[in-house]
Amino acid sequence: MTRRQKAESLAAVAFLAPNVAGFLVFTLLPVLGAFVLAFTNWDLFRPPRWVGLFNFVSLLGWHYDEYAGRTVMNDPFFWKYVYNTLFLMMAIPIGIAGSLICALLMNQKLRGITAFRTIYFLPTVCSGVAILILWKWLYNNDIGLFNTLIRQFGDWIGVPLRGPNWLGSTEWAKPSLMLMGLWTGLGGFNMILYLAALQGVPREQYEAAAMDGASAWQTFWAVTWPGISPTTFFILIMSVIGGFQGGFMTANVMTQGGPAGSTTTIEYYIYNVAFTRFLMGYASAIAWVLFIVILAITLLTWRFGGRKVTYV
Amino acid sequence: MSDRTRSVRKTALWKAALTYLVLGLGAVTMLVPFYWMVLTSLQPPEMAFSMGQIRWIPERIVWQNYPEAWKAIDIPRLYWNSIVVAVLGTLGQVLTSSLAAFAFARLEFPGRDRLFFAYLATMMVPGSVTMIPNFVLLRWLGWIDTYQALIIPGMFSAYGTFLLRQFFMGLPTELEDAAKIDGSSYAGIWARVTLPLSRPALATLTTFTFMGFWGAYMWPLIIIQSPELRTLPIGLASFVGRYSAEYSLWMAASVIALIPVLLLFIFNQRYFQEGIKMSGIKG
Repeated sequence: MTRRQKAESLAAVAFLAPNVAGFLVFTLLPVLGAFVLAFTNWDLFRPPRWVGLFNFVSLLGWHYDEYAGRTVMNDPFFWKYVYNTLFLMMAIPIGIAGSLICALLMNQKLRGITAFRTIYFLPTVCSGVAILILWKWLYNNDIGLFNTLIRQFGDWIGVPLRGPNWLGSTEWAKPSLMLMGLWTGLGGFNMILYLAALQGVPREQYEAAAMDGASAWQTFWAVTWPGISPTTFFILIMSVIGGFQGGFMTANVMTQGGPAGSTTTIEYYIYNVAFTRFLMGYASAIAWVLFIVILAITLLTWRFGGRKVTYV
Repeated sequence: MSDRTRSVRKTALWKAALTYLVLGLGAVTMLVPFYWMVLTSLQPPEMAFSMGQIRWIPERIVWQNYPEAWKAIDIPRLYWNSIVVAVLGTLGQVLTSSLAAFAFARLEFPGRDRLFFAYLATMMVPGSVTMIPNFVLLRWLGWIDTYQALIIPGMFSAYGTFLLRQFFMGLPTELEDAAKIDGSSYAGIWARVTLPLSRPALATLTTFTFMGFWGAYMWPLIIIQSPELRTLPIGLASFVGRYSAEYSLWMAASVIALIPVLLLFIFNQRYFQEGIKMSGIKG
C-alpha cells in the first residue's frame, strides 16, 4: 500500500467509525444477543438458565393431547397469530394494484394534478397514533361515521340497514384494519415510486405501440407493465418484509389484539411475551424464527422472482 | 379542423373528465375522515353522541376541547419531549450517515464493497429481534427512562447511509478534485463540497428521519416508564386509554398532534416526492 492509499484508508476508518460503532452496539450485538437468549429461559428477574432447543420445540413442535384425542401444536397461539399476520398481508396485492391505478391516473398532464397528489399523500404523512385513534372513532359501532352513514342510507332507501361491529367482531376486525391500511397507504410511497417508474418508461416504445395500432389495454401489458416491473418487484418485497413485522401499533392502540386474539400479529405476540409475561428467551426465539422466515423469503424472491423482472 | 382531430380531441376531453371524476372521488375519500376528525373536535362532548344524524355543517362550534385536551395530557411536555428526541436523533442520524456515505462513495479502502453489502443486509433484521437485547443492554447501562435511550439507538441507519451514498455517487467529482489540489482534507471536502451540493438528499433524509422519530411508538413504550418523559404518541395513546369515550377530546388531541407533521409536509413537499423516488432506486 502506498502512503496515499494508507492515508485514504485511515480517513475512511474515521468517517465510518461513528456509524459502524453504532451498528455493532445496537444491531449486530443485539442480533447475536437475541440468538443466545433464544436458548435460555430468562425472565428478566432470575439469572438465565440454558434450556437448549426447548423454546423452539415449544414454538414449532406438536404433541399428542390425550383429552382431545389428537395431535395438537405445542403453542397453538403462535400459529393462530401467524395466520392473522398472513391474512392481513392479503391487503398487499390490493394495495399495490390500487397504488398503480392511482399513479396511472396521475401520470397524465392535467391541471391541478399536484393538488391531488398532495391530498392522496396526506394519510401517509399523518399515519401513526393520531390516525389510529381517528379510525377507532370512525369504526365506533353505535355512533361512528361509517355505521351512521349506513343507517342513514338505509333510512333513505327505506330499508333498516345496520353496519357491522367493525373492530368488535372477530369476522370484521381484520378486514377493518385492512381497509384502514388501504386508506393510509394507497396514495403514499408506493404511488410515488410508481409515478417515477412510469415517467421512466421510454416514450419511443409508446410511439411504436401507437404505430402498430395497439389498444390502450395492449399498450399497458406490452409496454407499461414490463417497464415498471422492477418497481413492482421492489414494492412487493418491501411490503412483504414490512407485512411480516407489522401490526404492533394498530393492535396496541386500537384493539389490544382482540377480539379473541383476531388482530394479534406475530410482532404483537413477541411484544406481549417479552414485556407483559417477561419470557425474554421465548420471545427471542419467536423473533429469530420471524427473522429466518423474512430472510428466506427475501433470498428466494431475489433468486427466482428476479428473473421474471424486465430491466429497462 | 378535420373530423379526425375533432374526435381525437373529444376523446381526450372525455378521458380528462373521467380522470377528474375518479380522482375527485378518491380525494373526497381521503379527506372525509380528516373533516370528521376536526368536526368532532369542535363539538361539545355530549354532542358527539348525538352525531347519530350526521350534520356536515355544525350548528355551533365550541373550542373547549382544545384547552381541555391540552391540560389533560400535558401537551406542552409531550411536545417538548418529542421535539428534543426528534431533533437530536435526526441530527445524529444525518451526521453519522453522511460521514459513512462519504466513505462508501468517495474513499478507496480494502473491503469497502463487502462492508457496504453487510450494511444493506442489516436492513432486513426485524426490529423485534433487536428490541429485546437492546432493552437488556440499556437496562444494563442504566439508561431506562432517559432521553438518550430514546435518541441514541435510533441514530444509526443503514437506510440513511444507503440513500446518501446513492446521491453522493451521482455528484460530479470536479469540485472535489479542485479542493484536493488546493490541499483540502477529506473532512474539508465532506463539509465544504459534498454536503452543500447534497441539499435535496439531506432534506429528504432529514424529513424521513424526523417523521420516524416523531411517530415512533414501540421503542418509547418499552423504554420510558415515567410520564414526564413520554413522547407525543405515547401520551396520546394513554389518553385514549384513560378517557374511554370522550371522542371530542380524542379528536382535539389528535389534531394537536398532527399539526407539526403537517407543517413539515407542507414546507418539504417537493423533497418528499423527490426523496421517495431517490430511495426506491432500481436494482
